[in-house]
Amino acid sequence: MQYITPLAPAYPELFLLVMICVVLVVDLFVSDDRRIVTYALTQLTLGGCVAITYATASPEPVYTFSGMFVDDVMADVLKLLVYLGVMAVLVYSRAYITAREMFRGEFFVLALCATLGMMIMISANHLLTLYLGLELLSLSLYSMVALQRDSAVATEAAMKYFVLGALASGMLLYGMSMLYGVTGVLEITRLAQIIAEGGGRDVVLVFALVFVVAGLGFKLGAVPFHMWVPDVYHGAPTAVTLFIGSAPKLAAFAFIMRLLAQGLGAEQLAVEWQQMLIVMAVLSLAVGNITAIAQSNLKRMLAYSTIGHMGFLLLGILAGNLVGYSAGMFYVVIYVLMNLGAFGMIMVLARSGFEAENLEDFKGLNARNPWYAFVMLLLMFSMAGVPPTVGFYAKLAVLQAVIGAGFVWLAVVAVLFALIGAFYYVRLVKLMYFDAPEDTAPIEPRRDVRILMGANGLAMLVLGVLPEPLLRLCISSIQASF
Amino acid sequence: MKNVLSILIFLPLAGSVLLGFMRGHDRLMRWSALGVTVATFLVSVAVLLAFNPATHEMQFVERYPWAPSFNIEYAVGVDGISILLVLLTTLLCPICVLASWTAITSRAQEFMIAILVMEAAMIGTFVALDFVLFFVFWEAMLIPMYLIIGVWGGPNRIYSAIKFFLYTLAGSLLLLVAIIVLYFAGGNTFDILTLMGRSYSATVQFWVFWAFFLAFAIKIPMIPFHTWLPDAHVEAPAAGSIILAGILLKMGGYGFLRFCLPMVPDASLAFSTIIMTLSVGAILYGAFMALAQTDVKKLIAYSSVSHMGFVTLGIFVLNTRGVEGALLQMVNHGITTGALFLAIGQFYDRSHSRLLEDFGGISKPMPMYGALWVIFSFSSFGFPGTNSFIGEFLVLVGSFERHWLLATAATLGLILSAFYMLWVVRKALFGTVVKSLSGSLPDLNVRELVAAIPLAVLVFVIGLYPRPWLSVMHASVEHLLMQVGAATPLQFTEVWTRP
Repeated sequence: MQYITPLAPAYPELFLLVMICVVLVVDLFVSDDRRIVTYALTQLTLGGCVAITYATASPEPVYTFSGMFVDDVMADVLKLLVYLGVMAVLVYSRAYITAREMFRGEFFVLALCATLGMMIMISANHLLTLYLGLELLSLSLYSMVALQRDSAVATEAAMKYFVLGALASGMLLYGMSMLYGVTGVLEITRLAQIIAEGGGRDVVLVFALVFVVAGLGFKLGAVPFHMWVPDVYHGAPTAVTLFIGSAPKLAAFAFIMRLLAQGLGAEQLAVEWQQMLIVMAVLSLAVGNITAIAQSNLKRMLAYSTIGHMGFLLLGILAGNLVGYSAGMFYVVIYVLMNLGAFGMIMVLARSGFEAENLEDFKGLNARNPWYAFVMLLLMFSMAGVPPTVGFYAKLAVLQAVIGAGFVWLAVVAVLFALIGAFYYVRLVKLMYFDAPEDTAPIEPRRDVRILMGANGLAMLVLGVLPEPLLRLCISSIQASF
Repeated sequence: MKNVLSILIFLPLAGSVLLGFMRGHDRLMRWSALGVTVATFLVSVAVLLAFNPATHEMQFVERYPWAPSFNIEYAVGVDGISILLVLLTTLLCPICVLASWTAITSRAQEFMIAILVMEAAMIGTFVALDFVLFFVFWEAMLIPMYLIIGVWGGPNRIYSAIKFFLYTLAGSLLLLVAIIVLYFAGGNTFDILTLMGRSYSATVQFWVFWAFFLAFAIKIPMIPFHTWLPDAHVEAPAAGSIILAGILLKMGGYGFLRFCLPMVPDASLAFSTIIMTLSVGAILYGAFMALAQTDVKKLIAYSSVSHMGFVTLGIFVLNTRGVEGALLQMVNHGITTGALFLAIGQFYDRSHSRLLEDFGGISKPMPMYGALWVIFSFSSFGFPGTNSFIGEFLVLVGSFERHWLLATAATLGLILSAFYMLWVVRKALFGTVVKSLSGSLPDLNVRELVAAIPLAVLVFVIGLYPRPWLSVMHASVEHLLMQVGAATPLQFTEVWTRP
């Protein structure tokens, strides 16, 4: 037993925690018109996290805090992606939140707290750590949704998010407590050992599994636990929607990996959650893609499309092998990239007093600004999964995993719903390219947004032509962590 | 010559990037587009000249690892089945550029870029030797074509563009599932040649065959999946129609020849009668529908359904004459129908109408136009001495060997096509000029002649001396039929018993 806990694996988290306090204090002494200091400090903090995570990365899993915390390749890769995602969110949001008087210290501190929560989730090797990370993330997100406190829609969204989120946490906690009751441990690696030795056929164990999966379903926004997604995506300020829709999905993926794949991945138990995930995946694909057609609000449409994408993600995971997990990871990374671009574009078009969140607001974008129309076209076709954009490879990876696991019928169901999904993505392209513009205000985002948006769109194409590096990264990080 | 196929794919792609920098330089942009497409054509002619017709092996093969984690390769090559289709593609693309020279006025730059991207994707589809690479090219065509129809099309363009997109995507996505199933059944590879060499269980063959069928039948299109075609054709601009009719429809036939027959031969054999019946249905239905049209573009679109019926008929009679006839007929149909759409476009530029009632007595003010129109019309209904005669005759001979009843019915389609084409000739070229148009119909200018005359020459070259064209494909077709000939028809009892 070690008496001095090695802290090295948790350096990024510790650094971030210190910096959160610094940002909080510094922000007190910054006047409103120089709030840019807080912004810069936040970006610097995230940049520092990138550097530290990169420097402390280890090829082998390293455990610390008596096995409550793990630093492995999957954690490092996902954390790096989380930082980059959050940094991109902040760049995209800056003009938007400035125009809506949300460009304040709270926004940045909450964003950093949420990031810390995600990092803890990603690195958790203990049910309690996992839960703590999840709650830190969730609580930060609830407050971010409610940040625009005079907006009735946002407040309503925050209430819904909070109540349903608390319910989900309760379920999860109940499931975890049953797991503890059966096995007597909370540490995920030990849990897996004990279940593997004990056969894992205990009825209580399966019962616990039901609650855990339900909780996960809530957090992920998979049907039938999806009710909060459209309301929150729609009601929250777009900057916050962007935040919720990007990096936390990576953390949610890690959450599933840690809990289901690593903790409850024993073969006998995997069969049980596989069946639950099949139901959730098919329902998510169906409800997400069909309901999205009926939406006229783009944020709501993207919310339902998210539900559909989560269905696809679940398909990859339910294959229950390393191929499936890497496919899932690849899918979620690509999804985050696409989502960043799509919501970022809404904010590019938005201006003071105008939200640009309806489908009509995209009418004739090609005539107004061909470059952004082209970027959005790439994003939409990528979401629809049309080659040569990268969305195709994400779908290919998942379908390959699913068919490889013997579920050909699931693949057929998935492509049929992907086809239905293609309709509403293509409809947006139609609005941008074939219709005449109604709004003629010039689109002049800041230079950093311009560059990021261009890179974001072109990434769809570049990764679509050269998917190998990212794919290899996902495969090797999953392999190194199991 | 080693990387010649990659040059063929990337030359138009590079051209499209280049065109992106020519905003504001309209003349330069058009000439560059023409230059790139002509250069691509010349490269493909060089490929044909260097092609060795004596072997069925893939030639000019290139292989590079692309996404090793997926076992995807960048692998291309041509054989006797694909080379003529590649040539057809590179031939029609400069003609498309010429056809839209003045017809496309708004956003001409984007249009030309879309044409060039289309060309790269189409060539890639025909030469891909990796199944995923094939699929990427096959799907990549959708985006530019969707925009070509939707942005530069006629009044009902949006409906047609979305219908075209979703229809084609529906077939493709099931094709994707079939590809992945074959990947696992064929031993973890996407290599087309390896997959051809494997034999698959009855269950796999059964499902994969129908997935293939759906994807390719939508593209061809066969009844009952043809409904997107008249809409798309009518609304697309002239160049879009030429690409659609001339090349895109051939992808379906090519898919049957390249994938369906050699990979799932037992199923193909078992279901060939069904496909032949559907083909004859398409021949007759397309012809009857064409007879009833008042919009010339729609008429030609339905005639395409009819003529492509000959292609599928020829493929599934599964003998040398039938398959060679079908392949030649694909090329012929590309040339003839491409030319007809070109001609309709040229008339539309002058009159802004495609309705048959607005045509009339054109041959008086436009004698050269009239002469070309007659040539292409005769070619279209397979008049002896023109190219289509050879193709359709071979298909009919092949099908008489297999099934006399279906062959007889198909012959009826040939007669019907003479009916409607001659009817159009009489109505459009002779009689009196429609009042409102008299005086506004100058004859074809040099640019328009340059676009049309090569096609007219090819009509006779293939029609009078088909042997070199057939000999190019002969070895590959024989090899293909050998693969199918070794098959035993699928037994249904095997399909439903689990392995």
